Amino acid sequence: MAKLNLNRVSMPRQDPELRGKNFNEVALGYSAEQAQAEAERCIQCPKRPCTEGCPVEVDIPGFIQALRDGNLPEAVRVLKDKNSLPGICGRVCPQETQCEAVCSLAKKGAPIAIGRLERYVADWDRGNKPSIDNSPVNPPEPSGKRVAVVGSGPAGLTAAADLAKLGHSVTLFEALHVAGGVLMYGIPEFRLPKEIVQAEVDYVTSLGVELQLDSVVGKSMTIDELLNNGYEAVFLGTGAGLPMFLNIPGENLNGIYSANEFLTRVNLMKAYQFPEYDTPVKIGKRVAVIGGGNVAMDSARCALRLGADEVHIVYRRSEVELPARREEVENAKEEGIQFRLLTNPKQFIGNDQNWVTGMECYEMELGEPDDSGRRRPIAIPGSEYIIEVDTAVAALGTRPNPIIPQSTEGLETSKWGTVIVDEVSGQTRKAKVWAGGDIVTGAATVISAMGAGKRAAADIDEYLRG
Amino acid sequence: MYNISLKEDLVPNIHLFKVAAPAVAKKAQPGQFVVIRIDEKGERIPLTLADWDEEEGSVTIVVMEVGTTTYRLALLKAGDSIVNFVGPLGVPTHIEKFGTVLCVAGGVGVAPIAPIARALKTAGNKVISILGARSKDLLFWEERLRSVSDELIVCTDDGSYGRKALVTEPLKEMLETGEKIDRVFAIGPSIMMKFCAKTTEPFGIKTIVSLNPIMVDGTGMCGCCRVSVGGVTKFTCVDGPDFDGHQVDWDELFARQRIYLDEEKRSLEQWQCQCGTGA
Repeated sequence: MAKLNLNRVSMPRQDPELRGKNFNEVALGYSAEQAQAEAERCIQCPKRPCTEGCPVEVDIPGFIQALRDGNLPEAVRVLKDKNSLPGICGRVCPQETQCEAVCSLAKKGAPIAIGRLERYVADWDRGNKPSIDNSPVNPPEPSGKRVAVVGSGPAGLTAAADLAKLGHSVTLFEALHVAGGVLMYGIPEFRLPKEIVQAEVDYVTSLGVELQLDSVVGKSMTIDELLNNGYEAVFLGTGAGLPMFLNIPGENLNGIYSANEFLTRVNLMKAYQFPEYDTPVKIGKRVAVIGGGNVAMDSARCALRLGADEVHIVYRRSEVELPARREEVENAKEEGIQFRLLTNPKQFIGNDQNWVTGMECYEMELGEPDDSGRRRPIAIPGSEYIIEVDTAVAALGTRPNPIIPQSTEGLETSKWGTVIVDEVSGQTRKAKVWAGGDIVTGAATVISAMGAGKRAAADIDEYLRG
Repeated sequence: MYNISLKEDLVPNIHLFKVAAPAVAKKAQPGQFVVIRIDEKGERIPLTLADWDEEEGSVTIVVMEVGTTTYRLALLKAGDSIVNFVGPLGVPTHIEKFGTVLCVAGGVGVAPIAPIARALKTAGNKVISILGARSKDLLFWEERLRSVSDELIVCTDDGSYGRKALVTEPLKEMLETGEKIDRVFAIGPSIMMKFCAKTTEPFGIKTIVSLNPIMVDGTGMCGCCRVSVGGVTKFTCVDGPDFDGHQVDWDELFARQRIYLDEEKRSLEQWQCQCGTGA
């Protein structure tokens, strides 16, 4: 066996100076040589811990072997057998806590850059359409059963693709004017180009999934109406779309956005191309983004690219508790985002035109661990001071949208508004209805939603074949 | 794509469009709205339903020219189509037999109030309507509102038609005569709704208004349309658009409606330059 190579091939990225001024993708992707070199590092260990570490159980050593052999069509086939959205996952999955965390090489050095290789294979596939055959290895026998999938984010796309691959006739309902959910409205272009999302949505529809846009299930039609109109099972993957606010004085002042609104304007409605696109977004000189997750990093980095002079992340705990991916925190810092840690807003201050001008904050200290296991942030009395801001973005997390639970009898929800399901099968308390993704867990990751979509699709298939 | 089957210019700057949208027509109820986008680069705007026909599968919207989207929409004609037409959204107007109800419509507000008045009439209410416009040439649907009202008072700001008055004047007089009014519905420009609510407040008569803040998705996702009602933040798109006019923080609403004034101006100017209709 060749000598172990413990250093991964680094990812080429746009220069921080330049990228802070454009919305082009930050990570540029491996070249063929770089991908080959990284793939060569895989020791093809018999234990295959990486596959176990993947929520959708991609045969990771399998696709890496094919890549190494120079057989890219085979690498694509292996990857897409389990994962219908590889271009997306290769970019936004937290591999460092999943497949890469358990890689055998991780004990000695840098784990295989699985995400980067996945991205390379997916991008090669996209660049070589339609010259290669993407049809499933064994084309499915039509089952004659109809399934409705509600919501076309990561959970819904995965469930729809898997059900179609199993021979079922799937309709995918989406409330917005494009499919993709949070992949389209939430994650910015510079981290996940919309062209890639669209290509993977197109792949899902190429499997026979019928996409119905502009359909707000719960308003345009109810779950029971779907079940009474020929659909034998329904999967709910409507996500956690309801933004949370701080509930502090002054929050409705002009210039204060939820991250959902801010990102939707920028990403989905393309406000960064205003006035070529009709939807505007307002960016001041000094922007505060409240929160420490990936959505906060995305918001801050968008604000920077839209021309803000200063962008501050305001987070109530310390750096180690930041819930965002380390890579995203580093990207943000490199671009010049300033971090005000152990800081929490008390109230917003406005002028006579109702525009925000400042944010009064507490300095915080960390006390004993709370229910989440993280040390509880406590306001230091008398520590209040004012940060001057003219734009603020609340990136505090989201909850499930209540439209479907409220309009569906028999669907039970928790006190947080999440839909209660059997953890393994994804079955809700209502017959013939499954759910998965953020609508069940509250805001989580793309890949965990995909895993839930996959498990539910398998259970729905079993039910339909009964 | 959603096809426009009929376009009617109601007054020079207000247009009616009948749009083929069977799924929306099937579910539509008074007081609900749709979100539309006219083309791939367009914004999403909410419009309250003016009418619908389930059998025909059509939905009628009435649009006043105020910004880029509505100016561009005004150029479309029967046979053209728009890319997105989503609905029905929002909570329907609460209809029951209240007794005697007053429907107050200002300007383009007559369009959304007409189906509400019709439903109130069908529910067995005595419906008294007040229809106001700035002047005669901006007044439309008088007969339509009359046909679903037991009584109709028409007024114009400049006296060019009907009584010379703001809608709040006959409203106040009616309340002062002591006739028992059980509920008031007021739809029109925000300022008109505010003053209707201020007029009825001393009389303690519940007054429902239909708010029109800026929206993006229209499904509760963004919070752009948040308003303070009774000191609590509500999302107009999912908690409204109908609210108790006495509880609404009007000044906050007015301020939030002005957020993008500069951008709206810039967008409109650019469009007018491009299409050569600059005035």
